[in-house]
Amino acid sequence: MTTATKKIHVTTTINGESVEFLCEPRNSLLEVLRDTLGLTGCKEGCNNGNCGACTVIVNNRPVNSCLVFGVEAEGAEIETVEGIADGELHPIQDCFLEGAALQCGICTPGFLVTAKALLEKKPGASEETIRFDLSGNLCRCTGYDKIVRAIQEADKQLSAATVDSPTND
Amino acid sequence: MATTPYRVIGTRPVRHDGADKVTGKAVYTADFKLPSLQAGFVLRSPHPHAKIISIDTSAAEATVGVSAVVTGADFPDVQDKIAHLGEGSVNLAHLSANCMAKDKVLYRGHAVAAVSATNAHIAEEAAAKIIIEYEILPSVTDIIEAMADDAPLLHDDLFTDDLGQKADTASNVAVHMHFEKGDVAAGFEQADVVVEAEFKTATVHQGYIEPHAIVADYNEDGRVRLWTSTQGSFTCRQQTAEILQIGVGDVLVTPCEIGGGFGGKIAVYLEPTAAILSKKSGRPVSIQMTRTDVFEATGPTPASFMRVKVGAKKDGTLIAGEAWIAYDAGAFPGGVIGPGCMCVFSCYDIEHAVVDGYDVCVNKPHTKAYRAPGATQVAFAMEQLMDELAEQLDICPLEIRMKNAVKEGSRRVDGPVYPQIGFVECLEALRDSDHWNSPLEGENRGRGIAGGFWFGCGLKSSAACSVNSDGTISLLEGSTDIGGSRASLAMQLAETLGIEAADVNPMVADTDSVGYTDVTGGSRVTFATGLAAYEAGRDLQSQMKVRAAELWECETSDISIADDGAFSGNGKTAGFKDLASQLFSSGEALVGRATVAPECPTNGFAAHIVDVEVDSDTGKVTILRYTAIQDAGKAIHPSYVEGQMQGGAVQGIGWALNEEYFFNDDDQMTNGSFLDYRMPTMLEVPMIDTIIVETGNADHPYGVRGVGEPPIIPPPPAIGNAIYNATQTRMRELPMSPPKLWQAMQSSD
Repeated sequence: MTTATKKIHVTTTINGESVEFLCEPRNSLLEVLRDTLGLTGCKEGCNNGNCGACTVIVNNRPVNSCLVFGVEAEGAEIETVEGIADGELHPIQDCFLEGAALQCGICTPGFLVTAKALLEKKPGASEETIRFDLSGNLCRCTGYDKIVRAIQEADKQLSAATVDSPTND
Repeated sequence: MATTPYRVIGTRPVRHDGADKVTGKAVYTADFKLPSLQAGFVLRSPHPHAKIISIDTSAAEATVGVSAVVTGADFPDVQDKIAHLGEGSVNLAHLSANCMAKDKVLYRGHAVAAVSATNAHIAEEAAAKIIIEYEILPSVTDIIEAMADDAPLLHDDLFTDDLGQKADTASNVAVHMHFEKGDVAAGFEQADVVVEAEFKTATVHQGYIEPHAIVADYNEDGRVRLWTSTQGSFTCRQQTAEILQIGVGDVLVTPCEIGGGFGGKIAVYLEPTAAILSKKSGRPVSIQMTRTDVFEATGPTPASFMRVKVGAKKDGTLIAGEAWIAYDAGAFPGGVIGPGCMCVFSCYDIEHAVVDGYDVCVNKPHTKAYRAPGATQVAFAMEQLMDELAEQLDICPLEIRMKNAVKEGSRRVDGPVYPQIGFVECLEALRDSDHWNSPLEGENRGRGIAGGFWFGCGLKSSAACSVNSDGTISLLEGSTDIGGSRASLAMQLAETLGIEAADVNPMVADTDSVGYTDVTGGSRVTFATGLAAYEAGRDLQSQMKVRAAELWECETSDISIADDGAFSGNGKTAGFKDLASQLFSSGEALVGRATVAPECPTNGFAAHIVDVEVDSDTGKVTILRYTAIQDAGKAIHPSYVEGQMQGGAVQGIGWALNEEYFFNDDDQMTNGSFLDYRMPTMLEVPMIDTIIVETGNADHPYGVRGVGEPPIIPPPPAIGNAIYNATQTRMRELPMSPPKLWQAMQSSD
């Protein structure tokens, strides 16, 4: 492969803001986010889609950003862990902290992004559904127990909040 | 139940580094950038055993964008010298040769050259242009084959240290060690029942999610600055300095957040290489391992071969034990055979016992500690034999354990006599648990239990606490925080001073900013660095007594400190924060400091219960229910104690059921990815119930014992016992993966 590949201009939306960047065709979205845009919240654990530490939301779907090319971000709506808190922590973040659902923290951004997507799509998800939908995210520290409980608790809090206030949809 | 005398200890505050870690702001090594940062790539051997005849780096050096190329020739010659790294020691010549091969590669993945360039892709492409001529040598990865006289030799200068005597012919066996108590032959003669079996366990990896990473900056003044992912910044500094042959004072290690370690991030791999690349290129260099590099070239924990024999009297009293244990050290001598030997009989009082252990070099990566290093393998053997004895004697598996459990005064086969310990209390908690008292019904289902012991160590720790004008505290400490130790240390200091956990801002300091602190390992941080935080608080209080006496115009001896931390004297009283702010405006700033080196082990015990269901068509084991019980001494932050127990249990479940290194006929690892190595996912485990037992510990002001390591030990034998209970098939080899279990069930039919 030649190293003098021409860079491509990409326009995308990340955490609600319009973003432009240049990237080589071979650069993954993970590389672009971390190295070009400084969004180092998404982590590289394996670089081949096995661990989920680099999970971001692209057009409402959680994806392993190491398996997406940067150029595929053209026109997309992307959410990263940096966009979850909005002035204050999101309930899923609060529940991870209150429930001690992280130890070393390297897998945490990927879990939070995947869990937030799950809770938005499937409120009231069973433990089985949570475990199935998050089985693409590896954690080696916690044994998953406290992560599952934190997601269940966040689900409860979010449902209560939805009942209390009208949705924006 | 007595009410706790503590205000902070035993509560569950949000960890101090929590917000950073749930927002993506926490800086791990790969997130750390410097101006002009170069990206490095390490070229690795495809062969498990070969001589390096020549290395031609000219094409790589000529590549546009490449700033430096290094090979073994760039590494200084390091003499044989043993360096103590806190938990374990290492021969520095071997450590250097492991970072970069000089004339021989000893395992697939062994580093042979490295390139730095403007980005990682260019570095990788340039590395592919390096031409290396190898003379391929026969290789060996099986422990028993490697011990044979005619085995391929990894090191022609390795002579077995046989109980202190050096052999006169070279061998792959680095060490033979021996422990003995009582008269073993007489012991077995007294036994009414003897069980004996051979066991094997596969090579497994710690599996932390963050690959090893480094940023190194070799400054023009000769100082090297490292930002790295390490369990011990001071031991990282020492190893790097020794390999580069510069003074420890010339190396500054700034520990970044660390994405898991479990024993695998104590030895250096990338640090010296990145430093030399930085020196040659004149720019800072970062290197991040690929996941395959992590599997193939960093320390997994040893495979093992064990033959264990135990004898008991009719009433179930153990009378004699004999163990022959060989662990693979990987490419260089110095595995974890020592603790394996010490742990095989460590849970039970056996009058007569003998243990022989062998440290064996094979063509695999140099093995390293993995959470209770060496204990899980031997427990897989011993804890299953306990069940076999129980069955032959028609005694309940719990009862035979209770009957023989070690207690205060029991002597281990390697010598030490236990002080007050909590194994019996763990077994009692197991007996009283809801899990044990709930019947298990259904076909192909079984229940198993097992115990586990890990020493837990003290070692050196330092801490300093400076008082802010509002009476809050900045706590500097040297233990890298892998699982919430900032919180457990800040809580102990807060308890000592009578303030809230949130009043303490804990910070993991670099090696220039805090006193020497040993590794985050050996289950030691909450115990030993916690002791340092406590002592630093006490130091602060003594200084404040002197200052309070000046302020209140009385003698220092008139000042007293109440349990809630309030100071009183000469009719005046002030809480810690109140007095601290008064003192801030009345004189010099206050800084408490402490450095400690407790020598006592903390003696952690665990007992687990597991229910399994075995699919008789496929041999797949499903964990139905799991309960982990452990003596924490005193749980400072119970949520993080539970987290250690749950995380350790699930690592043990992975070790029991799935995880192993597969090698092809050419001794190359063939499953070096998370997909193929198969650590447990969330879908494959149930909730892990926990019961924390608190028996205290006289060697710590709050009674802390180490908790990190014991919970990985019981799962493989507990699951083995449960599988037997379900299928009447006894598994003597790890992992008990579907093909192996299915095969065993066919032959036991």
